[in-house]
Amino acid sequence: MSQPKVIRVAGPLVVAAGCWGARMYDMVRVGHLGLVGEIIELREDLAYIQVYEDTTGVGPGEPVVLTGQPLSVELGPGLLGSIYDGIQRPLDLIRAQGGDFVPRGIEVPALDRQKKWTFQPQVSQGDMVQEGDILGLVQETPLIAHRILVPEGVAGQVVTIKEGDFSLDEPVAKIATSQGELALKLYQVWPVRRNRRVKSRLMPDEPLITGQRVLDTLFPLAKGGTACVPGPFGSGKTVVQHQLAKWSDSQIIVFVACGERGNEVADLLLSFPELTDPYSGRPLMERTVIIANTSNMPVAAREASIYTGMTIAEYFRDMGYSVALMADSTSRWAEALREISGRMEEMPGEEGYPAYLASRVAEFYERAGKVICLGSDNREGALSVIGAVSPPGGDLSDPVVQATLKVVKVFWALDDRLANRRHFPAINWLLSYSLYVDNMKHYWEKEVAEEFAGLRQEAIKLLAEEAELLEIARLVGLESLSPRERMVLETARSIREDFLHQNAFHPVDTFSSLRQQYLMLRTIIHFHHLGLAALDKEVDLELIINLPVREAIAKMKYWQDEAELLAVYVQVETEFKKLSQKEGGSSWPEESQVITGKINDEGEADVS
Amino acid sequence: MYREYLTVSNIVGPLVIVEKIRDVAYGELVEIESGDGQLRRGTVLDVSTERAIVQVFEGTVGLDIRQSRVRFLGRTQQLGVSPEMLGRIFDGSGRPKDGGPPVIPEKKLDIQGNPINPEARDYPSEFIQTGVSAIDGMNPLVRGQKLPLFSGSGLPHARLAAQIARQATVLGKEEKFAVVFAAMGITFEEAHFFINDFRRTGALERAVLFLNLANEPPIERIATPRLALTCAEYLAFDLEMHVLVIMVDMTFYAEALREISAARKEIPGRRGYPGYLYTDLATIYERAGRLKGKKGSITLIPILTMPEDDKTHPIADLTGYITEGQIMLSRELHRQGIYPPIDVLPSLSRLKDKGIGEGKTRKDHADVLNQLFAAYARGKEARELALILGEAALSDLDRLYLSFSDDFEKRFVRQGEHQTRSIEETLELGWELLRGLPRQELKRIRPEFLDEFYPQEKTPS
Repeated sequence: MSQPKVIRVAGPLVVAAGCWGARMYDMVRVGHLGLVGEIIELREDLAYIQVYEDTTGVGPGEPVVLTGQPLSVELGPGLLGSIYDGIQRPLDLIRAQGGDFVPRGIEVPALDRQKKWTFQPQVSQGDMVQEGDILGLVQETPLIAHRILVPEGVAGQVVTIKEGDFSLDEPVAKIATSQGELALKLYQVWPVRRNRRVKSRLMPDEPLITGQRVLDTLFPLAKGGTACVPGPFGSGKTVVQHQLAKWSDSQIIVFVACGERGNEVADLLLSFPELTDPYSGRPLMERTVIIANTSNMPVAAREASIYTGMTIAEYFRDMGYSVALMADSTSRWAEALREISGRMEEMPGEEGYPAYLASRVAEFYERAGKVICLGSDNREGALSVIGAVSPPGGDLSDPVVQATLKVVKVFWALDDRLANRRHFPAINWLLSYSLYVDNMKHYWEKEVAEEFAGLRQEAIKLLAEEAELLEIARLVGLESLSPRERMVLETARSIREDFLHQNAFHPVDTFSSLRQQYLMLRTIIHFHHLGLAALDKEVDLELIINLPVREAIAKMKYWQDEAELLAVYVQVETEFKKLSQKEGGSSWPEESQVITGKINDEGEADVS
Repeated sequence: MYREYLTVSNIVGPLVIVEKIRDVAYGELVEIESGDGQLRRGTVLDVSTERAIVQVFEGTVGLDIRQSRVRFLGRTQQLGVSPEMLGRIFDGSGRPKDGGPPVIPEKKLDIQGNPINPEARDYPSEFIQTGVSAIDGMNPLVRGQKLPLFSGSGLPHARLAAQIARQATVLGKEEKFAVVFAAMGITFEEAHFFINDFRRTGALERAVLFLNLANEPPIERIATPRLALTCAEYLAFDLEMHVLVIMVDMTFYAEALREISAARKEIPGRRGYPGYLYTDLATIYERAGRLKGKKGSITLIPILTMPEDDKTHPIADLTGYITEGQIMLSRELHRQGIYPPIDVLPSLSRLKDKGIGEGKTRKDHADVLNQLFAAYARGKEARELALILGEAALSDLDRLYLSFSDDFEKRFVRQGEHQTRSIEETLELGWELLRGLPRQELKRIRPEFLDEFYPQEKTPS
C-alpha cells in the first residue's frame, strides 16, 4: 500500500490520495509538520480532511499519516481545572513548549501522565461489576471526587484491585470478562462525536439555581434542561454566561469558548482561578473545565470544540454529577460548519449554511438531559446545556437561531435596547420564555414558598400590562390613565428596576438566593396590593408612590440579611397604615396588626 | 534558483491560474513577471497537483496568458522589521513611499502571524485617557483593547481618530508609545490629513504608516492590515512599546476580500461577502492585546464606514462580534454641529469594568457612567414623546430629563478638536449635569457616592 499523499490544499481543507482503508471521522496527521486533521468525506481513495491548524506552507506531495482512530478525548483525573484548545490540548503546555503564540503541529498529552493520583477502591476482589459501576475514587480536587468508572461494554469479576498512588498509565484493576482478563487504568478514551450511553432518561424537574433573579424567578432552567441565549452584539450575553458559570449550582462546569474574543477568554482564564465557589468557598476552577478556541484560532478546531466539551461534560454526568455546559457561541460553531461546507463545495441551504445544520444542532442539544447513569447503583446525573447564539444583526430569523429554538426549552432573549438603557441583565421579559415552569412548581412549593409561583405569575402579568399601558400612554398621554393603571406602571417599573435589574459587578447583588428573590418579589407585590387598596380608599397616588419605603425596596437587592429583608415588608405595611390613618382614619386590615407592633417606635416622623 | 513557469492558463479578476506546477505550497508567496518586465506579487490560495490559484496583489491589469512568468518563492509573505521603521511611510505592500531608503531589517516576520495563545494573554486593565469625554467618561478605552469606530460617509471619523492618536495617554505614566497607521482604500486627501496631522504635532516620529490609497490595487489591501499588525507586534512585544493601531477603512478591506471570493466563484454568504469573513476579520482584530510578562501592548482602533449607516451590515455586524465594543458616530449629532458626534447609547466598551474605578480613574466612575447612560436614555425618550405630543404634555420630571439630555449633548459630548479633558474634568462635568436631577432619581449611584459628590456646594470649575 502506498503512502497517502496530499494532492490539494485550500485553506483548512486538504485532499489526500491513496487513503484506502481510511474511515470517516478518523484522525490523520497532515504534511511534514504533522498537522492534526479529521476525515470528513471519502471518495474512493481520496480523503477530504479538515485540518485543525493553519495549513500555510503545506503543498501537494506531502505525506499524510492515518491514525486509524476517530477524534477522541482522554477522560480521567486531571481534567478539572484544565484549559484546553478545541482538540483537548492543554493551553498551558502549548505555551510552555511553543511560546506566547500557538505554533503548529505541536503534540501534547491531554492528561498529565507523570502525576500520581491516590486511588481508593470501592469494590473488592471477587465482586461482579458491570459497565458504569464505580470502581473507586480519586479525590481530584477538594471539591470533586473523580469516580473511576468501569468502561462501557465491560462486565465481569474483579480479579485484582489495588489501592494507593498511581499514574494514569498504571493499571489499577483487572477484570475477568467473557473475552478474557482486562486491565483497567484511571482514564479512558472516547470518540467525541459519539454520545456516551445512559441507562434511561428522566424528565427534568429541579431548577438550576443561577442567582440571577430574572432567570430563576421568571424564566427558570431545569437541571438537565437546554437553554438558548441569543443576543445582538453589545447586549451583555457574555456577562450573562460568565455569571452562570460562576453562580449556577452545578457541581461541574464545562465552558466552551467557541470562536470568541481572545481578551474575553483571557478574562475567563484569569478570573476563574480567583473566583471562589459560593457554595463551598473553594476556588471555582476545582470544578471547571474550559475549552478555549478563540476566533482567530483555526476554524476546524472550532467545529470540534463543542464536541470535545460535550463529551467531557457527559463523562462527569456519568459519574452522577450535575453538570452545566455552556457554549459561547454556537453561531461561531455553525459558521465553522458553513466555512468547511463551502470549501467542500457542498450545495448550500439557507444563508449558505449546509443542509444538515438543523440536524447537527438538534443532535448537540439532545445530548443534554437528566438521566439514570449506567451502573448498578442507578445514580442520577444531569447535564444542562446553555448555548449562546449570535444572530447577524440580532435577526432571530437566522437559520442557526431557528434550528436552535426548535429544540431548546428555555429562551432568554437578550435585548440590546435594554442594554442601551443599561438594564442588565438585558433579558427581555416579554420575549423570553421557559417551558419548565410547570415542572418547577412542585419544587418551588416545597423549597421556596407556596405562593412563589403565584407571585411570579402576577409579576409577569404586571409586566405585560405595563407594555400595553405604555403603548396607550404613548398615544394619548400619561394623564389619561386611571390611578389604578398608573399604579400598575409604577409597580412594573419597580419590578424592572428594583427586582430584574441586577449588577453582575456588585459584591452582593451579583448573586441572589431564591429566598432573597422571593422576599423581594413578595414585598414589591405586597406594596402593589396595598397600593391598590389605598387607591380604593381614595388615597392620592402621589402619596403612595412617594412613600419612603420605596427607597428601601430599591435597596433590597444589596442586602442579604433575612431580618433586614423582612423588615422592609413590615415597613410597607406600617407606612400604608399611617397613610390610611392620615387620609381618613379608617382602620387597616387585621392581618398586619401583629407584626407592625414590633417597629412602631421607629420612623414615626418621616411619612411625607 | 526558483523554477519559472510559463504555464498560466486562466486570468480571472485578481486570480491567475498556473498549470503543471511542482512543489508548491499553500500560502506561498509568488512573483509574476509580465511581458513588459513589470514585477507583481501574489499568494497561493488553492493548490492541487496540477494547478495553483494565485491571487495577485497588484491586480491583473496588463497581464497576459502567454508571456507572464511565474515564480514560486518557497516562503510566505514576510515583513522586514527594525526600529528604523518609526517615522517612515510605506505603501500597502510594505515598500517605502516617502522617498527614503529601504529599511534594513533586523528580522523578517511572517505577516500572517500565529494566534496568541489565550493562556498567554493578559487581560487589558489600564485605562487610556483619550481626553474625549464621550469616550473616557462613557466608553473608556483600555490598553490591549480593540475598539472600532463605526462611522458613515461624511462623518468626521478621521478627525476623531487623529485626535485620539494625538491625545491618548495612560495616567501617571511615561512610557514608550507608538502609532501604527494602516490605510486601505482611503483617498489621497484623507491620507494627507493624517500625515499632516501627525507631522504637525510631532507624532510622525513615533508613527509607522502603511498606505494603500483608493487608486491603488484593491487586492493589495488584503495584506496591508497584516503588515501593519506584524509591525505593531514587533514594536509591542520585541521593543516593549505601547502601540496604537489605527486602521481605516475596514469596509474597503472587506470589499477586496469579496472581490477575490467572487472571482473564485465561492458560495457567497450575506450580501455577497464570503462565508469566512468572520474568521478572516478575527485573524486581524485578534492580534490586538497584551501578553503576560511583556511590557508592550497593541490597542486597535479599526474604522469602518457603514453603508447607509446600517449597523446590521455584515462588516459592522461581524466586527462588533469580534471587537470589544464600538464607538458609534451619529449623523444626527453631526447635523446639529456637535463634534465629536459620538452617540453614547449604542456605543459600548466591553472592557471598561476592569479599567475604571478606584486607583484607575475614580471610585465613582462606574456609577456615574451608568447613571448618565440611564438618564440620557430617559431624556431621549422624553424628547421623542415631546415630538409627538408637544413639550407641554410632559411631566415635570420628564422635562428635567429632557433638558438633561440636551445639556448632555451640548456640554458633555461636545468638545473642541484640540481640547483634552482629564478624566477628573469629565466626571465633574457629569456630576454637574446630574445635579440637575432630583437625588432620588439617581438610583444607579451608590448612596455613599451621592453623599460625597451630589451636594451642590461643590461648584464646578
